[in-house]
Amino acid sequence: MMNEHTVTAYDDELKLLFRKVSEMGGLAERITQQSVQALSNGDVSLAQAVIVEDAVLDRLQNEVDENAILTIAKRQPMAMDLREIVAAIRISGDLERVGDLGKNIAKRVIAVSDLFQPKSLMRGLEHLAELGTLQLKDVLDAYSSRDAERAQMVWHRDEEVDQLHTAMFRELLTYMMEDPRNITLCTHLLFCAKNIERIGDHATNIAETIHYVVTGEMFGENRPKGDRASEIALELDGEQAG
Amino acid sequence: MTDISQPDAFRLTKELARERRQAQINKRFAAETRFKYLGLGAVALAVAFLGLLLSTVVFQGLPAFAYHYVKMPIAFGGIKAGTDPKTVDYDTLYKDAVKEVLPFASGRKDRRVARGLFSAGSVILLQRQANETPELLGTEGDVYIPVSDFTDLYLKELVAKNDVSRPSVSLTISKADSGYILTAPAGTFGRAISDVRQAIGDRAEAQFRELSSLRKNLAEQARIAGSSSAEAVVQKAKEATEALSSQVERKQAGYDALIARQTASEINEKMDAILPSLLVHAAGGTFKATMLSSGKVEAVALVPPSAEGFTGAGVAAGDWTLRTIKVAESNRKFSDKEVAMIEKLRSEDRIERRWNSIFFGYGASREPEMAGVWGAVVGSFFTMLVTLAIAFPLGVSSAIYLEEFAPKNRITQLIEVNINNLAAVPSIVFGLLGLAVFLNWFSMPRSAPLVGGAVLALMTLPTIIIASRAALKAVPPSIREAALGVGASRIQAVFHHVLPLAMPGILTGTIIGMAQALGETAPLLMIGMVAFIVDVPGSFTDPATVLPVQIFMWADFPEPLFQQKTAAAILILLGFLVIMNAIAVLLRKRFERRW
Amino acid sequence: MNLMSGVEQEAAVNQAIEPSIKMRGEKVSVFYGDKQALFDVDLDIPECQVMALIGPSGCGKSTFLRCLNRMNDTIDICRVSGNIQLDNEDIYAPHVDVVELRARVGMVFQKPNPFPKSIFENVAYGPRIHGLTKDRTDLEEVVTTSLQRAGLFEEVKDRLDEPGTGLSGGQQQRLCIARAIAVSPEVILMDEPCSALDPIATAIVEELIAELRENYTIVIVTHSMQQAARVSQKTAMFHLGNLVEVDETDTMFTNPKSQKTQDYITGRYG
Repeated sequence: MMNEHTVTAYDDELKLLFRKVSEMGGLAERITQQSVQALSNGDVSLAQAVIVEDAVLDRLQNEVDENAILTIAKRQPMAMDLREIVAAIRISGDLERVGDLGKNIAKRVIAVSDLFQPKSLMRGLEHLAELGTLQLKDVLDAYSSRDAERAQMVWHRDEEVDQLHTAMFRELLTYMMEDPRNITLCTHLLFCAKNIERIGDHATNIAETIHYVVTGEMFGENRPKGDRASEIALELDGEQAG
Repeated sequence: MTDISQPDAFRLTKELARERRQAQINKRFAAETRFKYLGLGAVALAVAFLGLLLSTVVFQGLPAFAYHYVKMPIAFGGIKAGTDPKTVDYDTLYKDAVKEVLPFASGRKDRRVARGLFSAGSVILLQRQANETPELLGTEGDVYIPVSDFTDLYLKELVAKNDVSRPSVSLTISKADSGYILTAPAGTFGRAISDVRQAIGDRAEAQFRELSSLRKNLAEQARIAGSSSAEAVVQKAKEATEALSSQVERKQAGYDALIARQTASEINEKMDAILPSLLVHAAGGTFKATMLSSGKVEAVALVPPSAEGFTGAGVAAGDWTLRTIKVAESNRKFSDKEVAMIEKLRSEDRIERRWNSIFFGYGASREPEMAGVWGAVVGSFFTMLVTLAIAFPLGVSSAIYLEEFAPKNRITQLIEVNINNLAAVPSIVFGLLGLAVFLNWFSMPRSAPLVGGAVLALMTLPTIIIASRAALKAVPPSIREAALGVGASRIQAVFHHVLPLAMPGILTGTIIGMAQALGETAPLLMIGMVAFIVDVPGSFTDPATVLPVQIFMWADFPEPLFQQKTAAAILILLGFLVIMNAIAVLLRKRFERRW
Repeated sequence: MNLMSGVEQEAAVNQAIEPSIKMRGEKVSVFYGDKQALFDVDLDIPECQVMALIGPSGCGKSTFLRCLNRMNDTIDICRVSGNIQLDNEDIYAPHVDVVELRARVGMVFQKPNPFPKSIFENVAYGPRIHGLTKDRTDLEEVVTTSLQRAGLFEEVKDRLDEPGTGLSGGQQQRLCIARAIAVSPEVILMDEPCSALDPIATAIVEELIAELRENYTIVIVTHSMQQAARVSQKTAMFHLGNLVEVDETDTMFTNPKSQKTQDYITGRYG
């Protein structure tokens, strides 16, 4: 950070805010990891633990909001400080959504626990989850070091996540077409994949916010769109038709 | 390692701090109380001195505001109306009138005493009155003539205290070969007798003091004669002892005689000039006791009894009065004869106490009763007018220039310092300056208000400049900025806004400066305004004097009436100063603005 | 209008996009005796906009403001070098009359400083000394409009002959603004006009500034960054006699370029 404020309490408030957001980041990261781990291992108890942990994340997000509002009211922040606080609000919102998505995955673990889970399917999902978690981890590192370049890297890498998700989507559709008994499992996994893709999107959001914090400018470029999943149905239709 | 062997190392605990703070508070409180009482004491002392000064001046000066006049039957009626007032023989008219009111004063000596009762300026006054109102000539009526200064003092009871009584016994008057014999029951003259005894006692006491100092001398000489071994010294001491002892004997005899007179049961005292006076007003005349005993008085007539009043028979109780004057005749400036004459006039209702118009309407005079303050007041007025006309515009304009326009550099700083120093220059120096420049160089008239005013203006100038600058400085700069901000030039800003706001302060300073000038004497002495000027000045170049100088001159005269007039003039001067300061305060209150 | 040449038309179009420059300072330096208070300041003041000058105390922002109508001339030891133009004319040129300049560039001060005269006289003084009105009716008209523009007329219309010093602080300041606009200035300089006012009076004055912007070019010195952010379109940041940064106010307060500005507006100064 820069040199200190004349009012030290202001610094303390900003630090507290930053610490809470970091804490949320760590928690969100763990929730994501553990939910995917629970899914691949069929670990119901871990999944339940994840569900509980999400409540902590929600509470933290509320705290961040409150602290941020209070600081705005008291200090009328300007420039860098204003951007920091706005970023904290936005990032905490994103992280809370990440937590929700992780929780959703954990819930699905419980739903699919007694179903047969083909290894190949799970590996693809794990790969996707690995990438998603990496994105989240990277973007949080970028946040703690206020590293706009690293954030930008995360932002560009989101395309990979999207592409991987599209691939997953295609694979799962294939499975479902192969064997209608797989539909339940695959639908759940489809949602899990989607959730991970969404987590990646939130990481991208955070990356944009970091860019705003550091440079003071809104991220101007268009988002890289590697997710073709929404177009896949047409292709399949075409195949069937073809 | 901390040194444990030093447990006394200073540590300011909360308790210790509280304790020490309390001690400090007590000390401070004591100091503040001391200061308060000191201040109160100083103020009380100042008030006491001021009260003393004021009361002295007021008690001395107030009697001079009134004066006693005699109603004189001046025979203006015998002169044809329309006669030129310059041709009238006022001296004769006046002498005839004196004869008429005091017919018994027939001898030369008596006539002189009689005329001395009235102002020496009476004739001049008559002349002046006739000149001012020629209609007086040809009309009958009394004219008021001021009494002489000592007569006035006597009438104001400032010469000697008279003890007047109206005994309730009858008095028998019989004519003797060298005067009169007054008889009344024993004890009637008791008051006079006790006064006389006291006077003799006082003299005996004085004799005794002399006697005892002589005796001390004698004893000393005797000791020298007894103890010294030198022949010459012993001889000399012996001679001295002899001379002294004869002196002591004489004194002792005198003292014994006095004691005998004082304690004699039957008093029979010859009333000489060093004893109190006893006057008896009866049968239209006044008798002065020459021989006093308890029921009988030998007397001479100071005012002869009237024919119808003196029949040789007794005078009824209540029809006669007894006057004793404790102060011996030789110790006062107003003789028994004069007392008798004035009391005669008073009994005829010819004496009247009136507003002292001479004091307020006339110029200076060598005669105390003819001296007035008006000349000095007019002189002061003209002088102040000149001072104001010179000092105010000059002072205010230089203050404005210095404060608002002059560049701040060494030269203006020098000027500033010099102006401040000028205020501290002794005023007599300004007088010397006036003498050298205005009189000797410019050849302006001596003793004139024009020159006096110019000198005082020089003296007042620094005061006005300093006060005006302070007043200008007190106007907040925001007003100046406001004016400049809407596009006023600097001169407009000063004259439209700053000067009107500073005006009350400037006027206050000016009035205080003028008050200072009004009370100034020293510089005016140097330019001749201390001259004796009888006429009231009519213009700026007429010779004149001013109030403080007049006071200064009067204070030098020995006559008691001049002393009174000095105090009265001081009162008038103080009155003017109070009025001027009141105006200053009023101006401040009236025009003071908030910003 | 149709006589407009091509160049003029182009200028008019440019004006619509980028407001023209009303005042321009080039290499303005100010010395108080030996001490230099302002170092080579280049600053353009756009027409019909509010420009805020901010910076810590003693940074020279007030000094610069007072150069714009030569109020510094009243200080003996003050010396100004460089070039300040009003409508492309050097205001320090020898032929320029200070009085006329100050009529065109009015000023409102930190502390409300009405003359200790009536409200009417306060406003009428300027037009009177400049001979702007021919008779009493005109003068009354000018006073009324000025007071109306300053948003004070409704409050004081019944007591125009009462002393201006009897008004409240905020009213006094608006009276001073009315007094400034009564002489029809082109530029109004405001030296911390709200520093002595309470928040409500401040809000009223700020609202007034927003309205005045349509007709006048306004330069305002303020210590309140929030105020600068609220009322101005452009902000200039001074520090130790130097102009640190000039930018659009919106940018200045969210994303300043200079570290000094950043530190100052975020409260890290000192």
